[in-house]
Amino acid sequence: MSMVNIVINGIDLQVPKGTTVLDAAKEVGVHIPTLCHLDLHDFGVVNKVASCRVCVVEVQGRAALAPSCAEMVYEGMVVNTDSLKAINARRNNLELLLSNHPFDCLVCTKNLDCELQSLAEELNIREIHAVGEKMDYPLDKSSNAIVKDPNKCVMCRRCETMCNEVQTVGVLSGLNRGFGAVVAPAFNLDMAETSCTYCGQCVAVCPTAALTERIDLPKVWRALSREREHVVVQVAPAVRVAIGEMFGMEPGTISTGKLVTALKRLGFNAVFDTNFGADLTIMEEARELAHRLEHGGTLPMLTSCCPAWVKFFEHQFPEMLDVPSSCKSPQTMLGAIAKSYYAEKMNLDVKNLKVVSIMPCVAKKAESARPELSKEHELNVDFVLSTREFGHMIKEAGIDFAKLPDTEFDSILGESTGAAAIFGTTGGVIEAATRTAYELITGENLEKIDFEDLRGLDGIREASVKVGDIDLKIGIAHGLGNARKLLESIQKGEAFYHAIEIMACPGGCIGGGGQPYHHGDAEIIKKRQKAIYEIDKNTPRRKSHENEMVLKLYEEYLGEPYGKKAHDLLHTCYTPGEKI
Amino acid sequence: MSNVNLNMNELDQEKLRELDGYIEKLEDPKGSLINVLHRAQHIFGYIPHNLQLYVSRQLGLDAARVSGVVSFYSYFSEKPTGKNVISVCMGTACYVKGAEKVLKKCLEVLDVKKNEISKDGLFTIRDVRCIGACGLAPVLTVGEKVYGHVSEDMVEDILNKYRGDENAN
Repeated sequence: MSMVNIVINGIDLQVPKGTTVLDAAKEVGVHIPTLCHLDLHDFGVVNKVASCRVCVVEVQGRAALAPSCAEMVYEGMVVNTDSLKAINARRNNLELLLSNHPFDCLVCTKNLDCELQSLAEELNIREIHAVGEKMDYPLDKSSNAIVKDPNKCVMCRRCETMCNEVQTVGVLSGLNRGFGAVVAPAFNLDMAETSCTYCGQCVAVCPTAALTERIDLPKVWRALSREREHVVVQVAPAVRVAIGEMFGMEPGTISTGKLVTALKRLGFNAVFDTNFGADLTIMEEARELAHRLEHGGTLPMLTSCCPAWVKFFEHQFPEMLDVPSSCKSPQTMLGAIAKSYYAEKMNLDVKNLKVVSIMPCVAKKAESARPELSKEHELNVDFVLSTREFGHMIKEAGIDFAKLPDTEFDSILGESTGAAAIFGTTGGVIEAATRTAYELITGENLEKIDFEDLRGLDGIREASVKVGDIDLKIGIAHGLGNARKLLESIQKGEAFYHAIEIMACPGGCIGGGGQPYHHGDAEIIKKRQKAIYEIDKNTPRRKSHENEMVLKLYEEYLGEPYGKKAHDLLHTCYTPGEKI
Repeated sequence: MSNVNLNMNELDQEKLRELDGYIEKLEDPKGSLINVLHRAQHIFGYIPHNLQLYVSRQLGLDAARVSGVVSFYSYFSEKPTGKNVISVCMGTACYVKGAEKVLKKCLEVLDVKKNEISKDGLFTIRDVRCIGACGLAPVLTVGEKVYGHVSEDMVEDILNKYRGDENAN
């Protein structure tokens, strides 16, 4: 690695060849404001299209300013990041961007969480000198998960980069030119008409409110205010290690007890744990795997709890629909049980029972509306709130989250094991399944509960686990681009696996499209992952089939795992889609 | 929902085979998008949405990407063009020698707006960038045929050549 000597703001430094001016400046504590730049190299993507021109700096010997996010250093380069010329240029460029941006910050979903807004504050913008026409495109509210507002788009191309390079779904591209240029699907179709998986990674990286999740919070408030309605809520594993971030707590703070207290205060009739649903999913999925292994069923078996992943294989690999597990996702299973087992026990009319789930995910909103997931016009899950919406709900209620005492989840659908907790991270679902499948297939007690080989953050991982006579080959991928690579290698016959876990989001659900914004800081996702394994370690029962309430559910109501009633309530089917 | 026609079965099958023939001979199909779109426009006269989708599938590219390229370049038309496409060069030499007047006269004679198809379906007038025949400025082309030193008075005669059915080509 050859080194290069440069000078930044009068400071001498040496950096490896190939470093950008922006990164070099960071080494000596020099901050350069950016907008379109996004550095998630830990997850295989860096967006340095240099389209916003906010990060421009002065380079000695050059008349034109250079965009520091993309400009490479060279021997003897002399850079001035805070000369008057650079400061003026930045201000002008930002003013131009703002001159074509709606001014409805006060009522915008991203108020106080918007990178453009923060930048305007940082660069001290008080007057927009460029006055003219503003874009007036209609909003795209066609999908059940994502809302696209082209008028707030600053053409940073982060969404396009995530969709094309990381997720390889390829639904977004820059269209047209000049003033009418916009980032949109092919032919400016509505999102719902494309093969968008609703993974929400575009939402997770959008610096403004051009791409946000569909807000369902008002519906939940209304349901809570209706006297005759019995509203239950469930919370996903990845939420509890991230919700604290919306209240100034460290990423990775485990706030389970607090969030249950908050939900109780908000007036939900029962606070359940999606982790219960996860244990239930393992009971069914482990049996399904065992069944396929025993009876020569289709292998590999793919996990199916990630709805963005489901949409991905429906549209991109429609010829492989017999490969994924037929199990519903944890939130859906819990919803189905709430509207049958729980409703019957509590003597409730299902029409007045509403199931709300709080998810780190944006795709779960679309999942809950899938026609395959309702029973006689009753949805398994009625409303889905993202972690962010939940945070806003708590703030709106004036609850001081950080000071709340701990409360336990309500019983019958609130108990869970450590295996369920790790559903929130990449590698967790398959590890949970392995813990149960091991004992199911061998009949022996599993001594070593931790399967370290399945853990980590590499995009594609594989491991071999000895289960009795079988060398169970397991594949794991997170990020849909990695999922595609894995599937293609299987199709080509280059690789063989018994079971594969796929999560659409980087890091798994902890990096979900509905989580508090990480603004490009991959460390946040890593801290959340650490916390997930902490919860697992500290939970007394760590294997799904040891969940007493789950066992009671089978005994009292469902009968045999993977039996008829289980199939009826807890399994689903898939529909092939087009690739547009 | 938007009213976009994505039905590829409605495309002229013979013309598609001709396009397929072109694509098959390409060394690097994925990297030749613009060449393919150019040929598609030549064969079909324009590149409607369903044809763009077809091209994306044949080349293994995302439809959004193809849509982005087609909508970016003014040369590519998503709307049908007339039987005869008249391109009036607006390059520097032609412009200086009165290309604007020639263009205006064309639009007047045919009673049509720029880039739109005439009522009888026979003509579309487009303004194009320099085609490199500056010695003949002002220049207009009708299909592949080049007309040089075109003045306002010559426009009507040139257009009439293409109005009669037997001359339409």
